[in-house]
Amino acid sequence: MDDLLRDFISETAESLAELDLALIRLERHPDDNQTLSLIFRLMHTIKGTCGFLGLPRLEKLAHAAETVLDGMRGGTLPVSSGGVGLILSAIDGIRHIVSTLERSGHEPEGADATLITALDSYAAGITGAPAPSSAPAAASVRMDRPPEPAAAELSAAATEVMDQTATSVRGQTIRVSVDVLESLMTVVSELVLTRNQFLQHLRTSEGSDLTGSVQRLSHLTSELQERVMKTRMQPIGNVWNILPRQIRDLAHDLGKRIDLVMRGADTELDRQVLELIKDPLTHMIRNSADHGIELPDVRVAAGKAPGGTIRLSARHEGGHVVIEIEDDGRGIDTARVLEKAIAQGLVTSARAATLSEEEVQRFIFAPGFSTASAVTAVSGRGVGMDVVRTNIEQIGGSIAVHSMLGRGSRFVIKIPLTLAIVSALIVGCAGERFAIPQASVVEVVRPGMQAGIAIENVGAQPVLRLREELLPLVRLATLLEIEAVDVGGERPTDTVAVLTVGGARLGLIVDGIFDTEEIVVKPVNTMLRHIAAFGGNTILEDGSVIMILDPTGIARHARVEAAAASDERAPDAGDEDDSLDMLLLRAGPGAPCALPLSLIARLESIPSDQIELSGETMMVQYRGKLMPLIAIEGVPSIAAGPRAVLVFEEDNRPVGMIVDAILDVVPTSLKIELRPDRPGFLGTAVIAGRATDVVDTSFWLARVASDWFNRKTSQENARNRLLVVDDSRFFRQLVAPTLSAAGYDVTVVESAEAALGMRDRGRSFDAIVSDLEMPGMDGLTLARTLREGGQWSTLPILALTSRDAGRQAREAGFTDIVRKFERDKLLESLSACLSETLAA
Amino acid sequence: MLRDPHADHQAEAATAADRSLSRDRESSYVTLTLGDQLCGVPVLRIREVVTDARIVRVPLAPAQIAGNINLRGRIVTAIDTRYLLGLPPQEAGSRRVAAVAERGADLYALLIDQVLEVLTLPDADLEPLPINLSAEWRKHSSGVFRLPDRLLMLLDIESLLAMPALAA
Repeated sequence: MDDLLRDFISETAESLAELDLALIRLERHPDDNQTLSLIFRLMHTIKGTCGFLGLPRLEKLAHAAETVLDGMRGGTLPVSSGGVGLILSAIDGIRHIVSTLERSGHEPEGADATLITALDSYAAGITGAPAPSSAPAAASVRMDRPPEPAAAELSAAATEVMDQTATSVRGQTIRVSVDVLESLMTVVSELVLTRNQFLQHLRTSEGSDLTGSVQRLSHLTSELQERVMKTRMQPIGNVWNILPRQIRDLAHDLGKRIDLVMRGADTELDRQVLELIKDPLTHMIRNSADHGIELPDVRVAAGKAPGGTIRLSARHEGGHVVIEIEDDGRGIDTARVLEKAIAQGLVTSARAATLSEEEVQRFIFAPGFSTASAVTAVSGRGVGMDVVRTNIEQIGGSIAVHSMLGRGSRFVIKIPLTLAIVSALIVGCAGERFAIPQASVVEVVRPGMQAGIAIENVGAQPVLRLREELLPLVRLATLLEIEAVDVGGERPTDTVAVLTVGGARLGLIVDGIFDTEEIVVKPVNTMLRHIAAFGGNTILEDGSVIMILDPTGIARHARVEAAAASDERAPDAGDEDDSLDMLLLRAGPGAPCALPLSLIARLESIPSDQIELSGETMMVQYRGKLMPLIAIEGVPSIAAGPRAVLVFEEDNRPVGMIVDAILDVVPTSLKIELRPDRPGFLGTAVIAGRATDVVDTSFWLARVASDWFNRKTSQENARNRLLVVDDSRFFRQLVAPTLSAAGYDVTVVESAEAALGMRDRGRSFDAIVSDLEMPGMDGLTLARTLREGGQWSTLPILALTSRDAGRQAREAGFTDIVRKFERDKLLESLSACLSETLAA
Repeated sequence: MLRDPHADHQAEAATAADRSLSRDRESSYVTLTLGDQLCGVPVLRIREVVTDARIVRVPLAPAQIAGNINLRGRIVTAIDTRYLLGLPPQEAGSRRVAAVAERGADLYALLIDQVLEVLTLPDADLEPLPINLSAEWRKHSSGVFRLPDRLLMLLDIESLLAMPALAA
């Protein structure tokens, strides 16, 4: 295939995506002349180029479409939905021809006579004639498009595209092959290593006149590295572009009204990851439209607006991208899922009774599971969600579902930013270092030094007693057949990295943990590829080559049967849902500190020489903005070398917190012992077996950015008064600032009794946010009591919980249930509840 | 054949380029030593020669793999050529020299004792291996040149980089 044709194909693919969006816009706003000209221009370019390249079939079709568009543009043809439908059909035809071209280099056989005739008759016949005469023709061409709907209904059914960044930047971009980018990336990595050697050299030789130049070189290198990394990143919107069109067509075909709201389309992630999540995402959106959103009359009967909404959002969260797909449709019928799961033998009926709602909902990810009673053409072919889940897990991501019958479903997908770079735990063994992908490390424990954790032998096999569990143990040195170097007779203390492999867990005994590092995964050479224990190799920052361990390979190698058949536990359902991801860090001497990962927007390494002082405040140029920095107590504010910075973000305003080092991310169930004597820390928690100080984020951030928590009050929340009921000081401290920051008027009490007291004294609120577990009266009883009567009986009540209690909570009268620390979800749920109350 | 087989081979190398047109066929070799033995490998197969690279061993790897080397950001697997040829291991503390060769998409570094010079020799002078060589040398060598003062064993890179038989 020659270059001209290849360029044409990729350019046309882009134009087609743009055309889809533009046509849907036009359908909603038929008098949008600007969009109409854009459509005409794009079609015209396609026609012109294919004439030039000698593609007659394509040219004829594009020409016929162009004629219709020309008529619309000239005002001689109406912009009716029938007309737009015809043009969309023509675009489908073009897409079909182009995809054949891409595969074979030739146009497919055949002609598009029916379609062209329809286009021509629309162009000729309709001028001056009544619109309905063309409708049958349009319907026959467009497979099963219903007869032309009324214009008003159409606009309601059409999809909405927010974040419309489609304003073309063509002309300022060039096409570069991915190979070129990859090799550029390799060269830059080498440059970085050379730079590091320079810096190392400079540190040991004092007072060199090169200092200035080397530092400048160092800056430039970092910047270059960052920019080159950026070339691999693409906004997720590139994948989303196809969705509005798909939803529009689906809505037409199914006779539904669906609004697609997209948020965060500019969230960037690695090209390769983007490619891999494209199909799962599309599948899920179609699922939501097909199974989730009900028919308008069903919705009205259920007291909902006739049109459904699918919300798609993406955001960065600590090295991951979180994608949420939420609909306000019928939700998952837990009873039916359970029935089916029992019928399919996924669970015994005895065990089924003990499952929580979320555990039941996870069955939809089981292979071959589909509850769609009628298999529709759209989805529900029984190869749905399990494939989605597999695809997402293959790239190191995870998927969770939260659903409420009659209210809708929310899928949360968490995927790494890039596949090329993963976070890894560097462990030592027999004097050598190895990397373990952080994603499979559950926790790190030191048997013997922590109570309740011990290595024991069952027969000849070592096992780890970890709290309630017995884990099989593998000694890395034995597995790799390397013997420990004898260092003065003192054996290093055993450290156990607890790994999760396909739902099963095992402990890996190593000599010690060095660090966590972001590593670039490189494939191993052919000659070494047969060694199952390794998944790749990498070059560390100091230039040494180390092997990356493959947990799956290790499990196989050690004959640990992953996902033991007797284990009825749904794979990693429990682990993930009962805990909170805590970021473990070092700040000053003493015990490590921790804070919830979800509070942090990004983790950064910032060269200390980029930090400037403005008055008393440290500032740094960050992503084109000035970011104030604060150092946690005990961390020197001035130090050499790159600084680890946690970036918090609110309304696009970043604030950075300097710490000594970022150690790990540990999922943990948080139990905080209060220790109010040390300002800046909420107390102490046991995390990964160690006493850990929990950082009071708001204390530190308030110091540097006094207005950070008092951001502009959004109007809709201005008059809404909230009552927060939570016995834990820690959560009150986290929740209250978040809510007041969002513009609510927040009152906090520490017990259900105190809340009831306020009701009896006649205080009034617009909504209540309550913890579920509290000493004295718990949240469930509080909700029941409130619902029984009195002034607050109709108020929306939100449950905040760290465990799974969905069914019970809703039965007790809670309006919605939000997991602790899901800040965005809490805000969203609140505003949803409050707007419903207003509407009612 | 104008060439005097007893001419100084260094002079030969220097003027090889000038005379290459008048000769039937000749090829250039990088000469190197392994133990006491002078060896040669086709110059076109060698990408570069690195010295003093840090080798990190790879557990569970086949015996002829010495480990991995970081070659300016690329990971190169080092082959213990002495082991393959049945020579004793190098003395501790001696300099490590490696000739980097490519096989498929991978780079490999053949560990050698020292690298000497590039020689251009007529293809017709390549003689078959003496039959009394050890099995290792017969396997990894494809011929011998008789130089004025010593023998030059031509190493077969394909065979040195062949996939080891997988341990069961």
